Amino acid sequence: MSATEIQSPRSGQIAGKPESGKIAPKYRRNGNSRGNFEMLAWLFMRLSGVVLVVLIFGHLIVNLLVGEGIHAIDFGFVAGKWADPFWQFWDLAMLWLAMLHGTNGVRTIINDYAEKDSTRFWLKMVLYAASAVIIILGTLVIFTFNPCPVVDGVQLPGGFCPA
Amino acid sequence: MSAELAEPASKIELPAGVGGGGEIPTFDITLRVRRYDPEVSAEARWDDYKLTMYGTDRVLDALHKIKWEIDGSVSFRRSCAHGVCGSDAMRINGRNRLACKTLLKDLDTSKPITVEPIKGLPVEKDLIVDMEPFFQSFREVMPFLINKGHEPTKERLQSAEDRERFDDTTKCILCAACTSSCPVFWTDGQYFGPAAIVNAHRFIFDSRDDAGDMRLEILNDKEGVWRCRTTFNCSEACPRGIQVTQAIAEVKQAILARKI
Repeated sequence: MSATEIQSPRSGQIAGKPESGKIAPKYRRNGNSRGNFEMLAWLFMRLSGVVLVVLIFGHLIVNLLVGEGIHAIDFGFVAGKWADPFWQFWDLAMLWLAMLHGTNGVRTIINDYAEKDSTRFWLKMVLYAASAVIIILGTLVIFTFNPCPVVDGVQLPGGFCPA
Repeated sequence: MSAELAEPASKIELPAGVGGGGEIPTFDITLRVRRYDPEVSAEARWDDYKLTMYGTDRVLDALHKIKWEIDGSVSFRRSCAHGVCGSDAMRINGRNRLACKTLLKDLDTSKPITVEPIKGLPVEKDLIVDMEPFFQSFREVMPFLINKGHEPTKERLQSAEDRERFDDTTKCILCAACTSSCPVFWTDGQYFGPAAIVNAHRFIFDSRDDAGDMRLEILNDKEGVWRCRTTFNCSEACPRGIQVTQAIAEVKQAILARKI
């Protein structure tokens, strides 16, 4: 006799689930969730958390402690940092990881605490929209930053023109 | 540990000789029982019972005294009354415990002792809840040995080390104290819950079992192990002292190891 194929009660191949009778509708898990999204989300939280500790403390040390520390921060300081692709990448990674980490955390909280499916859906839509706006805006700022803003041929005050 | 501190120590100290045949000290308590009878009222209410109990009595003895001598309509489940069958899990002073394992003298007897049904499952009457959703999750993880090989003519042998691997999770008595202490389960009841994961763990890590991958796939569900927030409520609630949160973490790691 060949080894029999073991079938899971949730595989859909066995008719119905093993049930003894009435289960309040609220408790029914409808549909099998295929895919590894929740696993990847869980893994992302741990990995991004570790990377963010390095990125954020690096950011704080460089901005607030090194050299003149907090007194050196002005428009020129930021312009100087973003002239360097290294800091562009650093800030970009920090922005994306922090936003996705935070968004996933709030998504989890919504899943845990919202009791109605419609509430859950709309809260998550608002969350995703807000996150998308901040991520896109932040990314644009990092890459289109102009250290020497000129409007109508006139330099704006506070500008940082290397020339 | 911290949970133990949350319960102020009782004033009642039993002398060392108690249990040796001498007279057992008595004390007065108030038991505040959550009552619900849908045939009478849709609202649940609290009923207080003043009782004189012995130093060796448990919460279950107090409930028996109420049911047998004061109010026969009080309903609760119990079977073995010795912490093995898992029938009488209830929320005593806000914590899930077995009424048959909780001594009255260990509770704060200066205030009324509250007894409620476990949370997150539909209450049917008084302290009785509908356990069906709980057992449904239990059934879905296939809590039985599945072996693809030929049936041996004698018992399936296993080394002591292999047996030790899942020893902790064999202790489960399916009382639902863990699952009904889990805040994630309270919200919508969709989460598989600690008890189902513990019982899956018992077979996933059993060297004689061949369906571990299938159980891991089941628990990789969006309502599976990834909904665990490691709040440790389940480990604190377990009357058998199972390290539930650790078992869940081991299942998480097994799923990760298999996928990556």
